[in-house]
Amino acid sequence: MTSDKSYAAWYFLLGVIGLYVVLFMLGYDVVTPLKFAGKTLVKLSYVIFIVFAVMAVTNKYITPEWIQRHIVEAHAAKRWIVAVITGILSTGPIYMWYPLLKNLREKGIDYGFIATFLYNRAVKIPMLPVIVYYFGWVYTVILTVVMIFVSVFQGLIIECVERRGYL
Amino acid sequence: MNTKIAIIKAARSLWNSLPILVGVVMLIALVPSHIHYVFTDSTWINVILGDVFGSISAGNPLTSYVIGGELLKQGISLYAVTAFLVAWVTVGIIQLPAESILLSKKFAVLRNVLSFIFAMVVAIITVYLVNLL
Repeated sequence: MTSDKSYAAWYFLLGVIGLYVVLFMLGYDVVTPLKFAGKTLVKLSYVIFIVFAVMAVTNKYITPEWIQRHIVEAHAAKRWIVAVITGILSTGPIYMWYPLLKNLREKGIDYGFIATFLYNRAVKIPMLPVIVYYFGWVYTVILTVVMIFVSVFQGLIIECVERRGYL
Repeated sequence: MNTKIAIIKAARSLWNSLPILVGVVMLIALVPSHIHYVFTDSTWINVILGDVFGSISAGNPLTSYVIGGELLKQGISLYAVTAFLVAWVTVGIIQLPAESILLSKKFAVLRNVLSFIFAMVVAIITVYLVNLL
């Protein structure tokens, strides 16, 4: 699956390069956009390095099994906080988490918890430097806090719907 | 997980998303003056458009931040860009079949519909608070 995805990504890049070639052959200016793209990528390079470092650290210390063992099973009363924290700490593609969530669901975890967990996957700690780079600290902090509150609100709605027997 | 594997996994993940990142930056560079046409003069319609585009897009969030940042530089409102960013990471149209199979269809649909609506709510609250400060 990984190799298929990486090939698709390279095909996408080849397609874009092909588009540049076609536009060049049609007489359009492609040098200016290429310079712009190059400058943007250079500006982003140090941010990408930070992202890489944080991803390596989270890969080492935070795994689905670790989260299930040390947080999810720790204390049922704190489930909203647990859902938020585990959602934020979870890494990797979302489909990797579906089997674990299905497993937790079969063990009695409600849909509200799962929804809050999935929403908080949107809060990507390794990506924070990129958001700060483009939008600033104030925006990043406010967006993160608002999303955490909304994630719990969404969880409560889904929990309410589930209790009424609609799920 | 040992350190070497953790580093290799991070490098592989970044390497896999690198062509998309480079391709998207190249596309954005190519159409800086045309991207405006996707959006309108109305802030609120732009919020919905941002939400829709974010919902149907998929991929590494890194790509969405780059696109969002460049859209902002081109004059698209922060409301629309925020709705786009939030929808990108919270609404998963492409993952919907997998989510439906593993976690139930009703749950998957309800969660994605709510996430679509909340992307606009988050955008409005966030930008309002940012403007207050």
